[in-house]
Amino acid sequence: MSSAGDGKDRPSPVRPSLFLERQSYRRRRLADAARLLPFLGAAMLALPLLWPDDSEGAEPLTLSAAMFYIFACWGALILISVVFGIAARRLAARENADPEAETWQR
Amino acid sequence: MSRKVLLIEDEPNITEAIRFLLTREGWQVETHAEGTDAVQVILSAQPDLVILDVMLPGKSGMDVLRDLREHDQMKALPVLMLTARGQSRDREMAEKAGVSRFMTKPFSNTEVLTAVRDLHAQASQS
Amino acid sequence: MATLNVLILVCLGYVVLLFSVAFAADRVAARGGGKWLRSPLIYTLSLSIYCTAWTFYGAVGNAARSGLEFVTIYLGPTLVMVSWWWGLRKLVRIGRSQRVTSIADLISSRYGKSNTLAVCVTILAVLGGTPYIALQLQSITLSFSIFAEADPTGLYREGSSVFWVAAGLAVFAILFGTRNLDANERHHGVVTAIALESVVKLFALLAVGIFVVWGVAGGLGPMLDQIDASEIGQWHVDAGRWTTFIFLSAAAFVCLPRMFQVMVVENDDESHLRTAAWAFPLYLLLMSLFVVPIAVVGLDLLPEGSNPDLFVLTVPLSQGNDWLAMLSFIGGFSSATSMVIVTAMALSTMVSNHLVMPIWLNTQEGTASVSGDVRTIVLMARRVSIAVIMALGYFYYRLSGGGAALASIGLVAFAGISQILPALVGGLFWRGATRTGALVGLSVGFFLWIYTLLLPGMEGGIIPASVIEHGPFGWGWLRPQALFGIEGIDPMVHTVMWSLSLNTIAFCVASMLSFPSPLERLQGAQFVNVFDHSVSARGWTGSVAQSEDLMIMTQRILGTIPAQEFFQAEAERQNGRPGRLPEPTPQFLERLERELSGSVGAATAHAMIGQIVGGASVSVEDLLAVADESAQMLEYSSQLEAKSAELSRTARQLREANAKLTQVSMQKDAFLSQVSHELRTPMTSIRAFSEIMRDTEGLSAEEQTRYAAIIHDEALRLTRLLDDLLDLSVLESGQVSLNMGEATLSDVLNRAVSSALAGSDRKIGVRRVRASERIPLHTDLDRLGQVFINLISNAQKYCDAVEPVLTISAHDVGGQVVIDFIDNGDGIPPEAQSLVFEKFARVGPDKAGGAGLGLAICREIMQRLGGEVTYLPGQGGAAFRVSLPLAYRQAAQ
Repeated sequence: MSSAGDGKDRPSPVRPSLFLERQSYRRRRLADAARLLPFLGAAMLALPLLWPDDSEGAEPLTLSAAMFYIFACWGALILISVVFGIAARRLAARENADPEAETWQR
Repeated sequence: MSRKVLLIEDEPNITEAIRFLLTREGWQVETHAEGTDAVQVILSAQPDLVILDVMLPGKSGMDVLRDLREHDQMKALPVLMLTARGQSRDREMAEKAGVSRFMTKPFSNTEVLTAVRDLHAQASQS
Repeated sequence: MATLNVLILVCLGYVVLLFSVAFAADRVAARGGGKWLRSPLIYTLSLSIYCTAWTFYGAVGNAARSGLEFVTIYLGPTLVMVSWWWGLRKLVRIGRSQRVTSIADLISSRYGKSNTLAVCVTILAVLGGTPYIALQLQSITLSFSIFAEADPTGLYREGSSVFWVAAGLAVFAILFGTRNLDANERHHGVVTAIALESVVKLFALLAVGIFVVWGVAGGLGPMLDQIDASEIGQWHVDAGRWTTFIFLSAAAFVCLPRMFQVMVVENDDESHLRTAAWAFPLYLLLMSLFVVPIAVVGLDLLPEGSNPDLFVLTVPLSQGNDWLAMLSFIGGFSSATSMVIVTAMALSTMVSNHLVMPIWLNTQEGTASVSGDVRTIVLMARRVSIAVIMALGYFYYRLSGGGAALASIGLVAFAGISQILPALVGGLFWRGATRTGALVGLSVGFFLWIYTLLLPGMEGGIIPASVIEHGPFGWGWLRPQALFGIEGIDPMVHTVMWSLSLNTIAFCVASMLSFPSPLERLQGAQFVNVFDHSVSARGWTGSVAQSEDLMIMTQRILGTIPAQEFFQAEAERQNGRPGRLPEPTPQFLERLERELSGSVGAATAHAMIGQIVGGASVSVEDLLAVADESAQMLEYSSQLEAKSAELSRTARQLREANAKLTQVSMQKDAFLSQVSHELRTPMTSIRAFSEIMRDTEGLSAEEQTRYAAIIHDEALRLTRLLDDLLDLSVLESGQVSLNMGEATLSDVLNRAVSSALAGSDRKIGVRRVRASERIPLHTDLDRLGQVFINLISNAQKYCDAVEPVLTISAHDVGGQVVIDFIDNGDGIPPEAQSLVFEKFARVGPDKAGGAGLGLAICREIMQRLGGEVTYLPGQGGAAFRVSLPLAYRQAAQ
């Protein structure tokens, strides 16, 4: 998606409050990270545009190097997504298992 | 034979005027200025005629008349009623209560005298 | 070399396998089992219908032609997937909570259930989808033809094979896509089958790749060397195309009807996205991992002029590895069939729901027994739609003649379907997006796409060459491939840039200029704030705790007693225990909603119950927005209410006024009667004695004097009465002007006492406490004196003590000057105390001939002076208290 939303979608229908439980805080930062991920990806994938190519007379990058870079970026994105997915699942599982947790856990 | 009139009126000047008029006509005039015991006074005085004011201290002339007519021997007693309140409603009430003649103040002296004479004549005939 | 017949047999066997998998999956799902059917893995694999035969074969061809550019088609979806948290998650949540059946349904639903929009999106999707299907048919026939070339014995005819392929795919789609009409539009059989196909095509491509790298090139190192040494061995991309294609593929990934079908409609569990977020990019990575090696090896091994789009097949064949080629063929076949089947299903849903059903319902209006017939009608419509769509694809293929012209159609379709993107994204994230905006934006984008890309790209010159060269009517700035004079950029980039940017601008501007309907605003709020409202999609279910809230709300709407009766009846119906709150069963909630909608309208009732019970619900603002709908009704009823209130108020005022008038009239009558009495009494005396004096002869001089005196007294009495009446009327009307002056209380009392006692024959003793009287006063001294005189003369007249004494004392009490006048008589009897200040009220016989207005006048005067005069009970004799505010005194100091 190109045009980003204003990030209004919170991770869960938590009413806005000044102080968040540690867990909610974590979850919000996790959501922030999730929002940043596509921009990070877009930036990494836009980088090849700056590489010299054969038209400028400079020594062009070899295709294998370009492939390495792009697949490495790709892999990195996937890895971060995996980490994020696991973290999100853990949080979700904790919430589901103990819906009261947020109210009394300090 | 002397004719006796009982005048029940709380206004001293009016009492004096009527007394003057009727005395000259040959009436024996007795007066009373209270409404409360007026019926008792009439019963004991046994007058030939009663002149009754409506606005009396203690008990209104209307009530006095009504109570008076309760007594059998007083059914035929001629009662001339005087009132300073010029309302037709008062006349109706008075007639219901059994008034013989109803007059509104201020009255002319001849009117009063004529009324007294008529009432007395009627009473004597019957 | 495998013969064509073997190939066809393998194909048929594979199709039978798919059939049985789909059938089994449907059976298992119908029995409620098969948890694995709803696993994230299946979901992820089903997403891979994104990789069609066009990408399966075409990616290698693309790589062979332009190096790494092919990878953009995979990078776009990767970016979309990794941003699932704020993108796809919302889309899926909305799709589930709104029970969306297709992308057209979603757009229509968001913009106030507008069928016009749905029709537009459907047409766009069919226009974009048909060539795409044709592309798949082409790839299958091309791959057949490769084998046919190698098999001289075969009797291969291209035309008939395309037909049979199309027919077979249609049958498959009809059988598994329209078996039943599920409310949630989920098709476990098909999804499982395409998941299997995904595995097959990945496996096939990986197998070919591994074979190429390790079997042909001789390992990873030599392979990399070979890549760098090849004709595409240097980094070279067009920056515009690179970014445009990443963006375009990302947009298409979301907007393509078939992607929407598997991603949103077939989604079983939102959390599957969490897995798919990394698993699907991984799938795409694996799919593209060996594309470049295959292309390089293909370029190296095969003769000049071979179709690089078929390297995946031809490379293994050229190496004599028939079974690998066969596997590769099956992979391509899988890609094509899965795409075609899902596309046909998605498009048929849209066509039947948004084109056929509205028309059918229109024609049936008034006669249809809708409830029973509709389901079969819908299924029929879908089956026919699938057949028609497949036929369209087939004819498109036949008409376009196949060939290279089709190769670019994939991106053209992407650009077309991406025109939905502004309306979609705007609808998800912007509450201000309106139906009009979406319509205008879509139309602009759609038109530009046709004008700048679809028509110029078609063979046969639908647009005359002159128009392409010089623009319509010679307007150069309208040249289809160089709008506004910007030329020299890639046609794809040109189209995507202009169509999507103008689409977005038109969408935003039209949205801001138009005003949404209530339903639109409601839907907009539900879409944009979907996470605030819904935990997940569900019907009306709730706990008893919610019954209480429902009760409270119902009381507010229906009134306490009807609400309690309704709930009690419900509790009795449920379990025969009228004393308790009913369980919020769906039936009860439905009945309650109906009950409430009688009061507040259906939409509001629905929203209100939703708020308490959960489910798909809305916020207070949304309720306010909905209130628009019923605002007019409410306003009307409140107007009526106001009118009736006004009427009853007027009636009450009239009654009050009437009562007041009656009272005033009675008071006036009483007053007039009193005045009449007071006037007639002295006049009677005057008249009687004047007549006596006139008519009687021989009155003594004494008598004459006496009667004249009586007449004189009574005349004075009349005058006094008239004076008092005038005084009172002036005081009561408030027109009296106060003549303020300053003096001490002592002075005022001195004057009052002397004037009251003057000329009186019956003197009363006056006792004063002079020390207390040194109070300066600022008031109307004459009026105050009048009050004092009145009180003193009253005491003088009425005090019945043998030696009457009046005590006058002054105090300063709570900021007021208080002057008490207390005599030593019997006082006023309690029952008369409240009457003494009334006009003409007299207690006992009026010996002095007062009119009974004195105290009434005193009361009026004291009111004007800001104080009061009251009777003080229990003081032994008659006691009056005059109080004046001290403010005047202080001001004077």
